[in-house]
Amino acid sequence: MTERISREDFQKLADLASLELPGEEAEYLRKELNNQMISIEVLESIPIDAETGSAAHGLPYTELNSPAPRPDETRQDPHRDEILAQAPELEDGYIVVPDIAQEELE
Amino acid sequence: MRPCDLPAYTIADLVRTKQLSAVEVLEDALERVREVDGRPGQVDAPEAQSEEDLSTVHAFTKVTEDYARQQAERIDSLIKKGENPGPLAGVPYTAKDIFTVKGIQATAGSKILSNYISPYSATVVERMEEAGAVLLGKVNLDEFTYGSSSESSAYKPVPRNPWDTSRVTGGSSGGSAAAVAAGEGAISLGTDTGGSIRHPAAFCGTVGLKPTYGRVPRYGLIAFGSSLDCPGPLARTVTDAAQTLQAIAGHDPRDATSATVPVPDYLREMEKDIRGMRIGLSEEFFRVTYFDAESMELVVNPIDPQIQEAVLSAAGFLAQLGADIVTDVPLPHTKYGVPTYFVISRVEASSNLLRYDGVKYGYRTDQEFADLRDLYRKTRGEAFGVEPKLRMLMGIYLSAAQFDKGYYQLALKARALMRQDFEQIFDPQGKYRLDALLTPTAPSTAFPIGAVYGDSVLMQYSDQLTATTNHAGIPGLSFPVGFDREELPIGAQLLGPDYSEGSLLRVARAYEKVTENEAWRTKRPPILAKNGS
Repeated sequence: MTERISREDFQKLADLASLELPGEEAEYLRKELNNQMISIEVLESIPIDAETGSAAHGLPYTELNSPAPRPDETRQDPHRDEILAQAPELEDGYIVVPDIAQEELE
Repeated sequence: MRPCDLPAYTIADLVRTKQLSAVEVLEDALERVREVDGRPGQVDAPEAQSEEDLSTVHAFTKVTEDYARQQAERIDSLIKKGENPGPLAGVPYTAKDIFTVKGIQATAGSKILSNYISPYSATVVERMEEAGAVLLGKVNLDEFTYGSSSESSAYKPVPRNPWDTSRVTGGSSGGSAAAVAAGEGAISLGTDTGGSIRHPAAFCGTVGLKPTYGRVPRYGLIAFGSSLDCPGPLARTVTDAAQTLQAIAGHDPRDATSATVPVPDYLREMEKDIRGMRIGLSEEFFRVTYFDAESMELVVNPIDPQIQEAVLSAAGFLAQLGADIVTDVPLPHTKYGVPTYFVISRVEASSNLLRYDGVKYGYRTDQEFADLRDLYRKTRGEAFGVEPKLRMLMGIYLSAAQFDKGYYQLALKARALMRQDFEQIFDPQGKYRLDALLTPTAPSTAFPIGAVYGDSVLMQYSDQLTATTNHAGIPGLSFPVGFDREELPIGAQLLGPDYSEGSLLRVARAYEKVTENEAWRTKRPPILAKNGS
């Protein structure tokens, strides 16, 4: 079988997904992804031409079913304290974020 | 019959007319949970092993006993004061643990949300409460709804099918379907992204309704595929599904995709005659495609003859009632449903899952970490199960510019073609002019626990008869049509044009009435007899 997703590409994907994956789990996931890719490739055979549309969602939104845009105004969320209380680390009402390492972008 | 086995509409009548109190109904439902449910799902708990574990349902992740008692007492006090307690007065219901309820856990069946307490309630939960329903608890699901068997939950033991506890419940709303089938609440709220209400409804012998996209608001629902997700009811009767849809449908200003279309009177629509309705059958829905891991090829076979026979027999009953059955309805792009779903749902899921980071809320790693990126990697690596990981990795692979092979664009085109297929068969001026399409809901009945889980491609193909509905945005309803030789429920599915829930309920209700004296209608899940319920 030709591998669609190489070990090297898989490592890039894991980085983009921010996932630390032990070797055995990574191999299982890569095998499943490769199998999924094989079943996705059937899409290459869809009969399409220049006329074929593209649907980001199935149901059309028209004036018959769409709400009017809501007013652009600020509102105080009533759950501020409950939301903040869920943060693992909090200081004076601010969420503490660990150091952000600087990386050279490729 | 015990209150927990009564339909929701009967319970609400008895409560409103003071023949039963909401508290009495609740206590009976809690008793049923104690009899059949066993250990509730817990994160990092062991999978079912003991005889008791293997013979109980494990639908729940949390029984909200105190919360439910307060709600039931409020209903009883409203009735005492002569006030209207709502159309679902005192009806115990459960919510898939993907809906938020203020002050209660919302785990999505994932370790990453295992400590999360929601600060607000989903619109549909608020609407159920306004209708007088009583929340019995949160029920288990595939992690973040990713699956078709409910086995991928981080909350163990995973749900087991009340008709045969060695079998899966289907998924991802497996806890919902199992709870409803076992009389643990008359109704459950589920969600359907590729079949997740209808598929477990079929496996557990219940009714399950996926409304038109936008008919029921998504506010307060933990997101999977935002262009596909639809909340909806599971229930034991068509009337209960209609009454629940009545309570939860309608525009919500907090969800810009929720439709402003008026909500019809579903109970009235449901009782209308089906004479002259045009109901289609399509060969595309009587074939099954499987991914053969050995040959690495997709294999196409005719569907299980028992399922085909049950669905065609349902068509026969509908014809007796005066419906016109239209055969050979073409839906040529059905075969692209799962591959398209692999693309669109993964891209949307990966986008939705990037918010879980161990910083703002939810689980954070106990390991030492060097910096923010390291914290992300460790937290997410530890706390997501294999299904969310697969979906994120695939979603990124299909959408990141560096890997792009154009599959996302192809999937959007395939989606347009699937939508067009349905528009053509439902077009009132077209060749077929269908009111509904009748199909099997799933390619199989409930399979044994462990038989498919781990093979992510084969599992996804379990949704092949439901996924195209979500791509098109149209409504779908699964309803029980009998049992196979192994005494497992078979579900049939009705699909219709946008906002045609009333017509689908009408057809399913007509079938329910005309088959009410059939022998199979008297069957009850064996687990109820075994536990003396």
